[in-house]
Amino acid sequence: MTQPVLPTTHVAPPAVARSWWRRNQIRLAPWIFLAPGMIFFLFYVIFPIFQSFQISFYQWDGLGEKTFVGLYNYEELYYDDAFYTSLRNNVIWLVLYMLAIPAGLFIALFLNQTVVGIRLYKSLFFFPFVISQVVVGLVFSWFYDPTFGLLNTILGTFGAGPINVLGDERYVTYGIIAAGLWPQTAYCMILYLTGLNAVDPEQIEAGRLDGAKGARMLWYVVLPQLKPATFIAFVVTIIGALRSFDLISIMTNGGPFGESRVLAFYMFEVALSEYGFRYGYGAAIAVVLFLIMMVYITFFLTKMYRDERGR
Amino acid sequence: MFPTPIAKTSRPWQLTYQTLLPFALILWLLPLIAVAVFSIKPDGDFASANYWGWPSSFNFIENYGLVFAGSDMPRYLLNSVLITVPTVLGAVALSSMTGFALGIYGFRGNIWIFFMFVAGNFVPFQILMVPVRELTLDMGLYDTKTGLVLFHIAFQTGFCTLFMRNFIRALPKELIEAARVEGVSEFRIFWYVVLPLMKPALAALAVLIFTFIWNDYFWAIVLTQGADSQPVTAGITSFNAQYRAAYHLMSAGSIVAALPPVAMFFLMQRHFIAGLTLGAVK
Repeated sequence: MTQPVLPTTHVAPPAVARSWWRRNQIRLAPWIFLAPGMIFFLFYVIFPIFQSFQISFYQWDGLGEKTFVGLYNYEELYYDDAFYTSLRNNVIWLVLYMLAIPAGLFIALFLNQTVVGIRLYKSLFFFPFVISQVVVGLVFSWFYDPTFGLLNTILGTFGAGPINVLGDERYVTYGIIAAGLWPQTAYCMILYLTGLNAVDPEQIEAGRLDGAKGARMLWYVVLPQLKPATFIAFVVTIIGALRSFDLISIMTNGGPFGESRVLAFYMFEVALSEYGFRYGYGAAIAVVLFLIMMVYITFFLTKMYRDERGR
Repeated sequence: MFPTPIAKTSRPWQLTYQTLLPFALILWLLPLIAVAVFSIKPDGDFASANYWGWPSSFNFIENYGLVFAGSDMPRYLLNSVLITVPTVLGAVALSSMTGFALGIYGFRGNIWIFFMFVAGNFVPFQILMVPVRELTLDMGLYDTKTGLVLFHIAFQTGFCTLFMRNFIRALPKELIEAARVEGVSEFRIFWYVVLPLMKPALAALAVLIFTFIWNDYFWAIVLTQGADSQPVTAGITSFNAQYRAAYHLMSAGSIVAALPPVAMFFLMQRHFIAGLTLGAVK
């Protein structure tokens, strides 16, 4: 430590105030340390959540007066086809996005070797995660382009296609999800690579002696040890699936005919629409999205709480 | 080690693996390679539908030069830097304090405050959008970099607190106890004892937050609108509108926009991965 040693000939503290501070220091210090961060977080994150709930009961264009309409926004939501399209797409996203987890595990197993240059291979495989989703979206919309895109060029050599992935309401959501899976798989891969690094080699050896190999070894010996990595992969993938916005906005802007919307995108579209802002209705959509996310957040926090208790 | 180390397997499989590796990588990065090839092609190749053939000439300097000289791209890049760097500093500073408070002191309600940060960090952006936009407008900070920075700092404090608190909890408690017995004040313990030990966590968080904020698009389009304050993720769409159908320029622009976090990642790889995989190992 760089601290000068305190002189041992200590005189009694001169002021009462100082000794009060000394006695209560440990009790007060955490609050002083917490104050700036908490104030920021309360004002920009926690309070706005409640404000959104409140706004969802009003009709408001962001400029004029707010009109209280009770549950009207939610009633409108109930009869809104676009809302159900978005909800359905959200479910497709949630389900298909999970493919990132086994795909990431697969690549991690493939790369968990010690050959020359493997470190560089690992970083290059991870690379898509570092690129902004905006660029990923652009890259993939060119990849899918019906006139010159690489996808249709390849399909063309097999005599198939051309498919206008992003212009066809049957394929559009799947096309965007495929683009999203690219960085997400890279993320899961890096989680599993780290997890594989920590797998206990003695257990692997013991398994080998018992004649386990390949898939059985993976299932019974390795995967149980990868549980923490799998858990984190689940959390980040679910959050990622429900947050999907950038790709949709860049690749299709919700189209064709709003078929690629998800709740996150639909909310933005409604609230800041070019035909006038509808804050109240947007807030109602956001509340629904929030409640879906809350299921997962609660699950995650419950698990964390148990882990904390277990310490 | 699992799977079986390649050195211990049969010779044919070793060779197969060694050849498979580069092929898999090329396949994996194919969309990106395509864009990189586009970005050095001359305009004429697109007019003559030579999309995937060999470039008729290499126009690296012309294309990238035009991105920097013929558009607002440099301004967008500068905006991105001016948004990202203060956010990194602010979020890391605030969260090293909150992390210290939650990691060291066992006061009542500690875990609930911690959970508030964690839960807030996972919330969908849309539930914050309207109130945060109004708050920023009311403060007169709409369409300014400051408005964006303040929000980013606040929101990232959630994730950073989770990270810092867990890191600080793993530090040896005896060190702090010893300092207290010596009569060192709590603030000096934070500054002289704990902060130096947090260096790896600070570095990991700094690179992670840099990447997150640089790549942010949603808040950029919600809180800013012009070339005066928009970061490059939002700027790239206006850039593309300016050069519609000029694929070589749009590709070059995308690569320029994506480059800083990529550079950051390759320079600080160890810290980056340590930050990202926190908790993936018990």
